[in-house]
Amino acid sequence: MSRPVYIVDGARTPFIKARGRPGPFTPVDLAVQCGRPLLLRQPFAPTAFDQVILGCVNVVADEMNPARVAALRLGMGEAMVAFTVQINCGSGMQSIDTAFRYIQQGTADLILAGGAESLSHAPLVLSHDATEWFAELNGARSPMARAKAAMGFRPDFLSPVIGLERGLTDPITDLNMGQTAEVLAQMFDISRHDADVYASESQLRSARAHQEGWFKGELEPAFAPDGALYDRDDGVRPDSSPDKLAKLKPAFEPPFGKVTAGNSSQITDGAAWVVLASEAAVKEHGLEPLAEIVDSRWSALDPRIMGLGPVLSATDLLRAHDMTLSDVPIWEINEAFAAQVLACLAAWQDDDFRRQALGLEGDFGQIDRERLNVDGGAIGMGHPVGASGARIVLHLANAMKRLSQPRGVATECIGGGQGGAMLIQAV
Amino acid sequence: MKNVVWKTLAPRQMELGPDTGAPGQWKAWRLTRDEDGIDWLIADQLGASANTVSEEVLEELDQILAQVEQDAPKALVIRSAKAGGFFAGADVKAFVGARDAHEVEQRMTRAHEVVDRLAKLSTPTVAVVHGYALGGGLEIALACDHRILVGEEARLGFPEVQLGLHPGLGGTARLLDLIDPLEAMQMMLTGKAKRPGEAKAIGLADAVTEERHVRAAVRAVAQGEFRSAKPGRLGRLRHQVTDRILHADLPRRAAADRMRSQAAKQAPPEHYPAPGALVDLWERHGDDLKALRKAEIASFAKLMTTDAAQNLIRVFFLREKMKRLTEVEAQPPRHLHVIGAGAMGGDIAAWAAWHGIKVTLADLKPEIIAQAVGRAATLYPKLGHDSGKTRDALDRLIPDPEGQGVRHADLIIEAAPEKLELKKKIYADLEPRMKSGAVLATNTSSIRLEDLAQGLARPERLIGIHFFNPVSRMQLVEIVTHEGVAAETLDIAKAFLGAIDRLPAPVRSAPGFLVNRALTPYMLEAMVMMQEGVSPETIDAAAEAFGMPVGPAELADQVGLDVGIAVADSLKAGLDKPLPVPPDTLRAKVTGGDLGRKSGKGIYAWKGGEAQKAKSFAKPTQEMTDRLILPMIDACLECLRKGVVEDEDIVDGAMIFGAGFAPFRGGPIHYAREAGAQTLKARMEALAAIHGERFRPDQGWDRLT
Repeated sequence: MSRPVYIVDGARTPFIKARGRPGPFTPVDLAVQCGRPLLLRQPFAPTAFDQVILGCVNVVADEMNPARVAALRLGMGEAMVAFTVQINCGSGMQSIDTAFRYIQQGTADLILAGGAESLSHAPLVLSHDATEWFAELNGARSPMARAKAAMGFRPDFLSPVIGLERGLTDPITDLNMGQTAEVLAQMFDISRHDADVYASESQLRSARAHQEGWFKGELEPAFAPDGALYDRDDGVRPDSSPDKLAKLKPAFEPPFGKVTAGNSSQITDGAAWVVLASEAAVKEHGLEPLAEIVDSRWSALDPRIMGLGPVLSATDLLRAHDMTLSDVPIWEINEAFAAQVLACLAAWQDDDFRRQALGLEGDFGQIDRERLNVDGGAIGMGHPVGASGARIVLHLANAMKRLSQPRGVATECIGGGQGGAMLIQAV
Repeated sequence: MKNVVWKTLAPRQMELGPDTGAPGQWKAWRLTRDEDGIDWLIADQLGASANTVSEEVLEELDQILAQVEQDAPKALVIRSAKAGGFFAGADVKAFVGARDAHEVEQRMTRAHEVVDRLAKLSTPTVAVVHGYALGGGLEIALACDHRILVGEEARLGFPEVQLGLHPGLGGTARLLDLIDPLEAMQMMLTGKAKRPGEAKAIGLADAVTEERHVRAAVRAVAQGEFRSAKPGRLGRLRHQVTDRILHADLPRRAAADRMRSQAAKQAPPEHYPAPGALVDLWERHGDDLKALRKAEIASFAKLMTTDAAQNLIRVFFLREKMKRLTEVEAQPPRHLHVIGAGAMGGDIAAWAAWHGIKVTLADLKPEIIAQAVGRAATLYPKLGHDSGKTRDALDRLIPDPEGQGVRHADLIIEAAPEKLELKKKIYADLEPRMKSGAVLATNTSSIRLEDLAQGLARPERLIGIHFFNPVSRMQLVEIVTHEGVAAETLDIAKAFLGAIDRLPAPVRSAPGFLVNRALTPYMLEAMVMMQEGVSPETIDAAAEAFGMPVGPAELADQVGLDVGIAVADSLKAGLDKPLPVPPDTLRAKVTGGDLGRKSGKGIYAWKGGEAQKAKSFAKPTQEMTDRLILPMIDACLECLRKGVVEDEDIVDGAMIFGAGFAPFRGGPIHYAREAGAQTLKARMEALAAIHGERFRPDQGWDRLT
C-alpha cells in the first residue's frame, strides 16, 4: 500500500559564508536555529513527531549523530528516534527521501527531515605521520624512550591537513570537485563566458528573491551568542555581472581553467528542515499541505564526471512516470558549478550522449533557463553540502506555490559520482 | 505515553543505603544498618522541605550517638533524604528576639556538647553531602571524619556573616583546623559557598563522586581503605607553612589587620560587627584551636544579641515570608512570551529561560532580539559554570520576531516603551490570539493598570509584574494588581516568580507603586541639595552613614538621569504631596547627553563602571541624612495608609530587596518603630518648617504612634 506524503512546511537558516575560521554555529546549532521557529509555528507539539532524520556530511566531534542531538535540543523529548544520513551533497535530500518512504509505507505519520552543515567547522586533521609520532610519544614509558620518541618530531607535523579540502576531493580519482567541473566543461564545450553569464544571472535572481521577500517564512533569521543577527544569505551579490566575473582567476586549474570562485557554489554554513506528514497526520493536526512528494530516484556514475548526476537520476525519475523534461514546468538543479549545470543541460541535448548513455531514443524535451533555478541557487546563496538537498526541495515547493505550477523536480549532483532527483506536485 | 522511562527510574538515583523512608522513633532522623554493618543516619525532618539544625534535632542526634557508641557499627554515614541538600543551616527561628547573651551561651554550650560527641566518636564517620551544606549543616559535616560530595550541585559554606553572626557550632575552629587558615577566614568573612571542585582543592571535601558510587565510597571508609584525596603536595606544604607562620602572634596580627580593613570596605564595622568579632577571635586564639572553640560560644552569643544580627535575622525571615507568597496552587507557566527585547524585556526573558522556562522573545526589530541573546550568552556563564546549562538556556530562549509564541504562551509579559496608546495597541492585537487560561502581564513602572485594562475583553487576566534593573541582580519584583484582577491571575504571577527565584511584593496600582514612589524623593532631594551647593560626595556619604549601600547621587547616575526625571515627572501628577523639584541644571545635563553611567558622565564621571568621586569632601550632617532618609520612610507610610501595600513586612522586605534600604536596620517601618516614631516625626516637622511642605509628615505615621 502506498500512502500520499505531504510537505507541510519548512524553514532554513540564512546560508552564512565560511570566512576561514569557525563560524558562529555548529551543524546542530544551525539545525536548532531554523528548527525552533519552524516548530513554534506548528499547531502541534514538538513531541508529536515520530522521527527526526538529518543529513550532515562534516559531523563535528561534539555532536555525533547530530539528528538526535538536535532533536533533544529542540525539546522533542527523550522518546524521539533520530538518525543522521550521509551521501555527501545528496544528504539533505536523502533524509527527505527516507522520511518519504517511511510515511509512504505507513510506519510513520509525521517526520522532521532536513540537512545541516557547518563547513566553517570542518576539522583540521593531523597528517598520518604526525599522528604516528603522537601515538609513539604517548606510548613511551621510560624517560629515555620518551626522549627518543620526541626526537622524531618534524616541523611539518604542525601543518594540519585542512579537512574541508580533503572532503571536497574525490578519494578514488584524486580530483577535487572543481576539477570535475573542468572535465565536464571540456566534454560539453562550456565556455568560461557561458559559465560567467549563468553565474551572474543566478546571483541576480537570488538578490531579487531577497529583495522581493520571496524567502519570507522559508528563511528564518539566526541569532548568534555574540549578539549578531544573520537574516540573509551573505554571499549574494546584487551587483554581479559577467564582466566582473570575467576578471577572476581560475580557482582550481590555473592558468587555463574555466572554473572560478565566482562561477562556483560558495562554501557556507546552513541548515534546512521540512515537515513531512501523512494524510492521517494532516487531518489529525489540521495541517495545510504545501506539496506532495511523488517519487525519487538515485543514480551513480564515474566520480570524474559526478556533475552529470542530475541527468541520470532525473531521466530515470521522469521515464518512470512517462514524462519528459518539458512536462516539468519548474526545476531546481543544485548549482555546484555553473559549468556543471550547463553541462547537464547540454547533455540532454547531445544526441550521442542521450542515445548511448541514457538509452533514450529521440527527443527528451528541454529545460529553459527561465524555468530553472528561478530564484537563484548555490552560486549566490552557497552550498552547505548536507543542507542543500533539503533547501532545493523546500524552495521548489514554495516556488511552485508562488508561481502556481503543478509540479517540479529538484535534483543534485553528488561528490563521489552520484545524483538524486525528487518529483513533487501541487496539492 | 511517551517520555516516561527516565521519570520511572529517576527516584532510584539517590543512594540512602537500606533506608526505606518508614518513620521511626525520631522526628528528624532515621537510623538503619546495612549488610556490611554500616549505620546509615538519614536526616529527613518531618513536615519540612529542607533540614535545619535546631536544638530538637541536636537532642535527637545526641540520643542516636549514644546508641551508636553502644552498637559500634563499622561506620556511620550521615546524609539527607531531602532533594535540596544536606542541611540548609541552623534553625534561625530559635534566636529571634534573643537579648540575653548569657542564655544564648548556655544553649550553645549544650549544642557544642552534641557536636563534640559526634567528633569524638571512635566509629569512622562520613558525611555524604548533596546540594547545600550551610552554616550548622557544614558544622555537622566538619565534625565527621570524612566529607564526600555528591554531584556538581553541592555547595559548602558559612553564610552566618550575612546574618550578622559567625559560625557558632564549633565551625570556626574546625574549619581553621582542617584547611589553610587564610582560606578558612576568607570563607567565613565573605560567606561565599564553595563548589565541589573548589571544596576538594582546598581540602574541605575528601572526594567528589556521583550517587552511583556513594555505596562503594562508604564501604571503603568502613574498611579503612578510604584514602582521602588531600590537596596536592604543594597545597599541603603551603598549608603547613602558613599554619606555622600564623601560629606566631606577629604575623597573625598583621594578617588580622589586613582582614579587618578589607571587611570594613564591604561592611562598615559600626553597622556590621560580625566580621570584626570573627577576626578578633582568630587573632586572639589562632594558636590554640581548642580555646578558640570555647571562645566562639561567647563571641557568637554576644553577636546574636546585637541589633544588627537581630535585624539581619529579621531580613532573613522577610525573605522567607516573601518566598512563601509564591507557594500557590497554580502551576508556574511552562511557556513565557515576552514582548519587547530591550534592557528589561530581554533580560526578563533571559532570566526565565535560565530557570527552565521556554521563552519566546518578540520585538519589532530582530537586531534588538539579537542583542538580548548576546547579553544572555554573556550572563549565563556567570550564573553557572556548566556550559551545557548555558547551551540549554540559550536553546530555550527563542527569538520570535513574528510573535508565534503568543498562542502557545501561558504567560505574556509586555515590556514595550512606556506609552499608553502603544501598549493598548499591542494588547488589542494579542488578546484574540491568547490561550484561554493565559495571563497578560505588563512590566510598566508608571502607567496605571486601570488605564491599561480599559478596552480589554478580559481585564481580569491583566496584571503588573514589575522587575527592576538589572533583572539578574534585583531580587524584588512588584506584582501590581487592580480592582478587576482575578485571583488565578495573581496566583500565576506568584508561581512564576517562585519558579524564577524572585521575591514578590504585591502592590496596588498607584503612582510609582512602592519602590519608585519611595526612592524618587530620596534621589530628588539629593539634586536639591546639590543645587544648594553641597557636593554629591557629601550627599552620598550622608546616606551611607545611615547604611544605604549606594548614595542617592550615585544611584541617580546608575538609574540614568533621563529615566529618573521621567519617573519623577510621571509621579508628580498623581501625588498629593509635593516632590522636591529637580533643578534646571539637571535637565540641562540630560539634554547635553550626560545621562549617568550609561553615557560615561552624569553627576559623576564614570570609569570602568565606577563613579569617580573626590577623595576629600565636607563631612555630612545629621540634617542631611534626615532630609534623604525620612521622606523615604514617609513615602512608605503613605503607601501603607493608602493600601498600596497592606503588610508592613512586605514594605520592609521590598525596600531592602528592591531599594537597598540598609538591611541591618530591618526595613524602614521596623526602623521607624525602633528609632521612635514620635522623634522621627518631630524631625520631619522641623524640616518642613525650614524646607517646605514636602517634609510634612504623612497621616500614615499615626499607625506607629
